[in-house]
Amino acid sequence: MSPTEPSYASPAGTGLVLSARSLAKAFGSNVVLRGIDIDVLRGQVVALIGPSGSGKTTVLRSLNGLEVPDAGTVTFGDADAGTVRGSGAGLTLDFAGTVGKREIAALRDRSAMVFQHYNLFPHMTVLKNIIEGPVQVQKRPRAEVVAEAERLLARVGLADKRDAYPFELSGGQQQRVGIVRALALKPQLLLFDEPTSALDPELVGEVLGVIKELADEGWTMVIVTHELAFARQVADEVIFMDGGVVVERGPAAEVLRAPRQERTQQFVKRLQHDV
Amino acid sequence: MTFNWDLVWSSFGPIIGGAVTGTIPLTLASFALGLALALLVALLRLSPNRVFSGVARFYVSVIRGTPLLVQLFVIFYGLPSIGVKLEPWPSAIIAFSLNVGGYAAEVIRAAILSVPKGQWEAGHTIGMSRPQTLVRIILPQAARVSVPPLSNTFISLVKDTSLASLILVTELFRNAQQIAAFSQEFMILYLEAALVYWVICLVLSTGQSALERRLDRYVAH
Repeated sequence: MSPTEPSYASPAGTGLVLSARSLAKAFGSNVVLRGIDIDVLRGQVVALIGPSGSGKTTVLRSLNGLEVPDAGTVTFGDADAGTVRGSGAGLTLDFAGTVGKREIAALRDRSAMVFQHYNLFPHMTVLKNIIEGPVQVQKRPRAEVVAEAERLLARVGLADKRDAYPFELSGGQQQRVGIVRALALKPQLLLFDEPTSALDPELVGEVLGVIKELADEGWTMVIVTHELAFARQVADEVIFMDGGVVVERGPAAEVLRAPRQERTQQFVKRLQHDV
Repeated sequence: MTFNWDLVWSSFGPIIGGAVTGTIPLTLASFALGLALALLVALLRLSPNRVFSGVARFYVSVIRGTPLLVQLFVIFYGLPSIGVKLEPWPSAIIAFSLNVGGYAAEVIRAAILSVPKGQWEAGHTIGMSRPQTLVRIILPQAARVSVPPLSNTFISLVKDTSLASLILVTELFRNAQQIAAFSQEFMILYLEAALVYWVICLVLSTGQSALERRLDRYVAH
């Protein structure tokens, strides 16, 4: 992997990329979010952990407009000048009011998502999967995007899979393509929804390795994960959610090594027993 | 029984001619229009708007719940009594298109629903609007699923166009009927007609297989 940082990833700690306040969401009578606050600083890696059904995936999906919260706000901070996507101006969505297609599009413009089940487009080659967004949506020049895609593919060790179809790849390879597809959009924020949960155990390492490299490069990321060892290694901040609320948050080492809250302690203990 | 070979050979010309100038163009035009209509109806049916989906549901119900021959007669013989007089060809194309539209709409709707929700989401997260995701991500995948059932619709349509003979469209079967009535050789002429329909459908089946292979190139075997 090249040591040079991409121009659109900024050094850590120079400002607020994202700020979510009081996110609330119910699916029918099932309340999944009961007022969630999240701040993500530039270059910071935030890990969302918690038992299934805790609402952590819903939080992540809300940041990309895949779920529309019933209330709360999401603010993308005054974006840095180096950002390729977005207008560079701040963006605030207030979900208590009506949120239109345009606002959701503006939200999506600032982040990119990596899915648990990869969700690659099966009818497109690896290269097409990656360039689809930049070429069709962002209207960037095709040649430039292809060159960028090839460079990114080489970085994750998949240069030779350029013309393969997703079904020809292993899960780990598909997920690395999923990550490259997100990177090619040049987002301010990368969102990962349990990126290794669907992988065979022996393939987890290759995907976590790529994510760790991105963290080291200064990408801003929010990761929903069950891999506590990985979270400890990569995350700057860990947020433990349960029952739709944030139970505990803080530096990764503190929350995962010496959790203060009983629920966090139980959760961490249980997952470590599983390993 | 002596077999009238001269008649067999001399009648093939008009019968095949009827296929080329009648059956085949009628099928192609009706199928193309019908598919476009079916896509529209499928999308209306999937719309969260109750009026749209209700209209689409009603249309599909009427088309599937009434005989094609009756639909054809309503359009050609019925409409003139309320002042809408259509020639045989336009009547046939309208009736067959409406019919294909009803059947294929359900096929397309099911095919769209068969594409995993994650594909819509992936389209959205790379910034695509709903229509863009539909066209570039969902429909190409739905196409693969819908080729076998749509091929059935297509092949049925080839044979159903013989009904157009009853509203005076000059096509394969009408030519066979006329020669049969003239020569009184019903068996020979109707078997010939059957043979030509069969050959057309065989060719279409081959085309279907080729298309399926082509669309299958991106899925595991």
